[in-house]
Amino acid sequence: MISSKLIKRDKSFFLSLFSFGTEPKKLNKTFLQVASLLLPLLLWSVICQLKLVSELFLPSPLAVFYSLLDMAESGILFEDIFASTGRVFAGFIIATILSVPLGIAMGSFPSFCALCEPLIAMLRYMPAAAFTPLLIIYLGIEEAPKIALIFIGTVYFNVLMVMDSVKFVPRELIETTLTLGGNTKDLLFKVIARYSLPSIIDTLRINIATSWNLVIVAELIAAEVGLGKRIQLAQRFFRTEQIFAELIVLGIIGFTLDMSFRFLLRRTCKWAV
Amino acid sequence: MKLDVNNISKYFGEGSNKKKAIDEVSFSISSGEFKTLVGSSGSGKSTILRIIAGLENPSKGNVKVDGKVVHGPGLDRGMVFQKYSLFPWLTAEENIAFGMNLNSYKLKEIKYRTSYLLEVVGLQDSASKYPKELSGGMQQRVAIARALATNPKILLLDEPFGALDLQIRESMQSFLYKLWKKTSLTVLLITHDIEEALALSQRICILAPNPGRIIKEVNVDLQKDDLNKLRLDPNFSKLRYELSDFLRSIQKN
Repeated sequence: MISSKLIKRDKSFFLSLFSFGTEPKKLNKTFLQVASLLLPLLLWSVICQLKLVSELFLPSPLAVFYSLLDMAESGILFEDIFASTGRVFAGFIIATILSVPLGIAMGSFPSFCALCEPLIAMLRYMPAAAFTPLLIIYLGIEEAPKIALIFIGTVYFNVLMVMDSVKFVPRELIETTLTLGGNTKDLLFKVIARYSLPSIIDTLRINIATSWNLVIVAELIAAEVGLGKRIQLAQRFFRTEQIFAELIVLGIIGFTLDMSFRFLLRRTCKWAV
Repeated sequence: MKLDVNNISKYFGEGSNKKKAIDEVSFSISSGEFKTLVGSSGSGKSTILRIIAGLENPSKGNVKVDGKVVHGPGLDRGMVFQKYSLFPWLTAEENIAFGMNLNSYKLKEIKYRTSYLLEVVGLQDSASKYPKELSGGMQQRVAIARALATNPKILLLDEPFGALDLQIRESMQSFLYKLWKKTSLTVLLITHDIEEALALSQRICILAPNPGRIIKEVNVDLQKDDLNKLRLDPNFSKLRYELSDFLRSIQKN
């Protein structure tokens, strides 16, 4: 009796972690999600408390927190956040404005696709960071080359992924529209773009992560402010706690961006989620 | 209204892969008629319907509506596909209104016709539901209502109940039959199901495969007040048996 009870309990708490396709209960899920963040933090604290690693290499969570407070108090933190997100948004928005229509057109018109796809497929494999020297030569060392770098790193992936999602529009929907008297413009705007909207939003969500990663590379180009710049400076003065603090801020902002796109998807495309 | 299919042939592929899919198919339908093309896979029945809808061009021959040659899709021919044809981001009523919106009907008329059609297909209570919230049968009713919304002269149905469960399929057949009776529609149905063809239509064209061609036309003279009773009628069973046998024999050759 007791043993069968035990087995049952085992299953719900531990075995359930590795059972295929079984959704955890809502409360259990929240517990697991909180644990996902708290467990590493706990481990980190214990390592620091026991002084297993030199504080120079692994600053304590508290030191990182104070460093964060310091930067917030002096205002540097917000200047950095503002500068970095500004660059990401600028580069990413320009890339989106260009890539969404281009991707839809390539997905819709096979001949146009044949014209563009080989070039874009090749450009995509030229690492964005490798363009940095050229960008400095062309655009100088102000904001322009940084934004351009983020643009280059995002735009090709966006185009190809949007194009792919357009190819999933069922032929029946397109033909239905034609038999209902629709023209090419109706097809593009009222059917294809509309049907692909959820996958386009998802594409943007995935690719803004790339933009967010590249902003750090971009700030290697003679930046005054920015989260990436601050990390570089901190390294020069061996201020690991500041590096940790900046990394955590980078993570939180990236995660927030991701969640915003998920929220946007749920809000605008209820039918697809 | 008169729809004429004149000696259409269709080839697919190029060079040595060129294959004849349809061979010299001709038939016609006039106002108020319910006609069915029955054939197995490879009989080109869907291709014939797609050519009539204007979604594909015949390699030879032509299709005429009231004497005018068809060059592409048009509002005079409404089409219902087997599946996946509702716009998933639109509710049932928005789906029905879609074609009217494309053709800039007046708002008042769109509203009126949408609610009328919802009633005709018996979905007043599901007007604001999304396709994924509707059963397969309900989805096909919306698709039929949407095709009717822009007042086509003929309704083209491409195996519209082929993806449904048997029971729902039978109730949808009754629904379509009553709709046809009530509205004096002209219908061209494609199916591989002889029973469906016999239960619904006045005339049946039987297609042989490879290449697709019409090899027999049958008039259906059966008492069709109640489709459920009809299915038990010995005459119905006899005809069904004969035609099934016939289809099997052409399959073998």
